[in-house]
Formats: sequence, C-alpha cells, structure tokens
Amino acid sequence: MPSIPDEAALPAQGEWRTLLRHRWPLRWMHWINLACMLALVGSGLQIFNAHPALYWGETSTFDSPAFATGSVRGPDGKGRGITRIATARFDTTGVLGVSARSSDGGMVVRGFPEWATIPGVRSLALGRSWHFFFAWAWVINGLCYLAWSLGTRHLSRDLAMRRRDWRAIPRSIADHLRFRHPQGDEAARYNPLQKLAYLGVVFVLAPLAILTGLAMSPQLDSVLGWWLQLVGGRQSARTLHFIAMALFVGFTLVHVLMVVYAGPINELRSMITGRFRVRHPRSETNTEQGHDAA
Amino acid sequence: MTLPDRGALSRRGFLGAALGSAGLGLLSGCNALSQREDFVDLLGSVEPLNQGLQRLLSDDRLVREFPARMISPVFRPNGSTDPRTPEYLALKANAFADYRLRIRGLVRHPLEFSLDALRALPTRTQITRHDCVEGWSVIGQWSGVPLAHLLRMAQLRPGARYVVFHCFDDLDGSGGRYYESVDLDDAFHPQTIAAHTLNGAPVPVANGAPLRMRIERKLGYKQPKYVHTIEVVDAYAAFGAGRGGYWEDQGYDWYGGI
Repeated sequence: MPSIPDEAALPAQGEWRTLLRHRWPLRWMHWINLACMLALVGSGLQIFNAHPALYWGETSTFDSPAFATGSVRGPDGKGRGITRIATARFDTTGVLGVSARSSDGGMVVRGFPEWATIPGVRSLALGRSWHFFFAWAWVINGLCYLAWSLGTRHLSRDLAMRRRDWRAIPRSIADHLRFRHPQGDEAARYNPLQKLAYLGVVFVLAPLAILTGLAMSPQLDSVLGWWLQLVGGRQSARTLHFIAMALFVGFTLVHVLMVVYAGPINELRSMITGRFRVRHPRSETNTEQGHDAA
Repeated sequence: MTLPDRGALSRRGFLGAALGSAGLGLLSGCNALSQREDFVDLLGSVEPLNQGLQRLLSDDRLVREFPARMISPVFRPNGSTDPRTPEYLALKANAFADYRLRIRGLVRHPLEFSLDALRALPTRTQITRHDCVEGWSVIGQWSGVPLAHLLRMAQLRPGARYVVFHCFDDLDGSGGRYYESVDLDDAFHPQTIAAHTLNGAPVPVANGAPLRMRIERKLGYKQPKYVHTIEVVDAYAAFGAGRGGYWEDQGYDWYGGI
C-alpha cells in the first residue's frame, strides 16, 4: 500500500496522535452534499442540453449567444461540435456539440456528452425531475449545515477569518504554490485560503446558485423581479446559474487535488470515521507552533 | 514531504482509477434509477413542495410587464407550428371566420364566441416574457380577453376545480390532440388571457392562431395554442393519459412554474 511509508517512518520522525477532526453530523452532511451536487450538475447539464446556448439579458438572441455548443457539417460530411464563446469558435467534437452515443458509438448532436448528463439519454422531463428533487435535498442539507455550524460554533471557531488569518494569506499562498503542507496541530486547522474557499462556496456560490435558479421561474418572476433586474434579466440569471455550476465543479476539483496532496487516506478517513492523524515533531513538544519554527 | 515519489504516483493512479470507476458506476446507477417507475415517482414527490413554495411566495402577484422597445423581433414558435388536422385546415382555409370558442363543463351557461365576439369583450394587453421549458425566452405583446371574465360570464357550478383547454393540434401525429389544464388560481389570475392578438396583429398560425392562452406565470408548454374549447371540470384524470396535459403525459410536471 502506498500509504504505508509514512506510518512506517513514524517512530523516527515524531509522535503521532489521532484526533477527532470532523464530528458525525458534519461527515454525513458532507457526503449528502456531494451526492446532491453530483445529481444537480448532471441533471443541470441535461436541462442545458435542451437548448444548449446561454445569453445575456432578459431574452434570447438566438443568432448571437454568449455561449453555445452547436454543430456544423464538416467538409467530410461528418458533424463537428462547435463551441462558441461570444464570437470565438472552438472545435470541441467528441465532448461538446457532437459526441459519441454509448449504445453504438455513433456520433450525435448534443450539448454535453452522455457521460456528463443525468440521465445519459436525452430527457428534459427526467432531467428536471432529478434537478428539482436534489435541489430540495441540497438546500435542506445546506440549511442543516448552517444551523449545525452556528449551533456548535463550527462556523465561528473553525471557519471564520481572524486577523491572523488575513495576515497569513501571503504565506499560505506561498505554501500552496510549493505544495508544502502544514504539520502538527496546524494540519488539523483550516488554512486561510481554505477558509476563504469554504466561506465563498457556502455564502456566495450556494446562494447565487439558489437565487439564479429560482429567478428562472416565471412564477417567481413576480416576487424576484428586483433580483432579475439586478442581474440583468432571466437569460442572465440562467447564464449565472451555469457559471455558478462551473465554479462549483472547479472548487470540487481543487478540493480533491488538495486532499490528494495533503494525504488522501488520512483526509478521507477524517471525513468518513472522523479520525485524523497528525504528527508532532519530537523536538518541539512544548513549543506552540512547530510550523513557524520551521 | 517525506513520501517517495513512486508511492505518490501510484497513490494518485489508484485514486484516479477509483474515482473513474466510481464515476462510471454512479452514471449507470443514475440511468438504471431513471428507468424505474417508483424512483421517478419519488423524484416527482417534491412537486407539491415546488407548487406550495411558489404559491406561498408569489400569491397572486403579477409577473413583470415590459416596455414596447423590449419586444423580441421574432416570437419564436415551438411545438406545433403548422397544425395539419382536418378541422383546423378547414377553419384556416376560411381565415377562421367559422371559428368558435366554446366554454362548457361545470358552468351554468355554456357559451360560444366567434373571434369578432371575443374582440368585442373587455381586452387586456400585456407585454410579457415567454419562458420555454427548454430554457430560452422571448418577449411579446399579447391582447385578449381575461379568462376570469369568460368564466364569470359562464358562471362556475359547485365542484369546479380545474380548467381544461382543448386544442386543434396533434403534436406527435398520433391522432390525439394537445390539451392542458390549470387550477382556478391560475385561471382567475389577472394576466391569464385568451389571446387573439400578438404584437398588434392577429395571432399568426405558428404562434397559435386564432386563439391561444397566455398564462404568464407558467412555462410555455402550459400556455396552449390553437384552443377551441375551455372546459371547467372537477378533475382532469379523464383526459389524455390523465396527467393534466400533453407534456405532463410525457413526464413533465403539471404545475410548470419553474
């Protein structure tokens, strides 16, 4: 097992301690959140495929989308997937615009490929059903997370940015760029960039996704008119909803990358059983921060 | 980092493979679930929540109406755009001079109107945004008779709960006819009109000539075109496949408000 070497090297390098990093409600909510997000992204891309173009403003300007995954017939007579961003065009055959059907490998015209949508086959009706079901599950889970985080002071103790966090941002950026990971107790705390990322997702991205989602409802237009006008109109709201999705996916990729670099077994275990192992350098048992000394 | 590089690489490879196979498993799982009727019913169980939340938040407020300069150059037609059913072709050949809108069902006075008679009734004109379930939007100016006015003229009988719209078009060529239904809240909403005019001219065939419903708080599929009969009922289960509309019978939600 590749994870063994660090444990084998343990006695020579310091004292290992196991601590309870994440309590069970947080662990459950984390994985429920992931399941909901996967369902929401997949079903959302299914819905996008029903009209694979985005616009800015109140209405659709069909000839000049801000973003579109379309297709053209190439000189060889075969369909090419063309993705447009404003006036730029990219050949994205195989992924966007034109992609393979899993049943027989035949190329078909569709926005996002089968492997990215729920369900794989084209079904706006089912995509919508998935999307609305998991939107409720995701929002309820998110509200539970907020209530729990406030109630247990997880938010104020572990996530809130303190003055020293702001001051530590430059060093944290340097540490990230060098893939240097904190040791000892510091490893069990969130670093400032991590805090900002989590706070941004919870308090900016999630509300943006929810509000732009609701703003697409013609019925809720009657209540959210001010918000629609603020973001520039219904098609703007749809585009922002899509951008929020892309940022969520980006966050998740970086999040997983960080887990891999920080030690995937230890990190995953901390989110499954709660137990997290940290190593305390032997020579500095009584100094407060081993990290600064290094 | 004290980890040997080879260890890190194989760890990464292992993780990649694990994530990849988990992903594939998830996808096929989602596809399998999508084919199970009980699971699709479970997904649909949030529809009352959607409906309840939207009703709670919006009550009977009006949707936004736009200035004339925002009217879309083309009101994009969708679904049926040129019905070929014999009864429709016969009326169209005569420029809809023989068209009659019928109001029947749980009403005291079944009514019938020619287009001229409808145009003589109180008219509401509104510039509103049309949101298709596919995701696109266009803005148009609609004029027509408030459905509330027609229903008050006909006088509802006790037990009336829904209004079903029967249409001329056979969207999938199966021999059936397009139909839709809304409850009385939406039927009596001030912006719900039986529209005979689009952007100052008679509604074009592609957009539902001679009469289509504008039910502005709904998605496009809930606003039927080519309407010939408005039927007041206590339940809509007897029509089509029983789910309240053509697209609802294909798995779309009945409320259609988001």
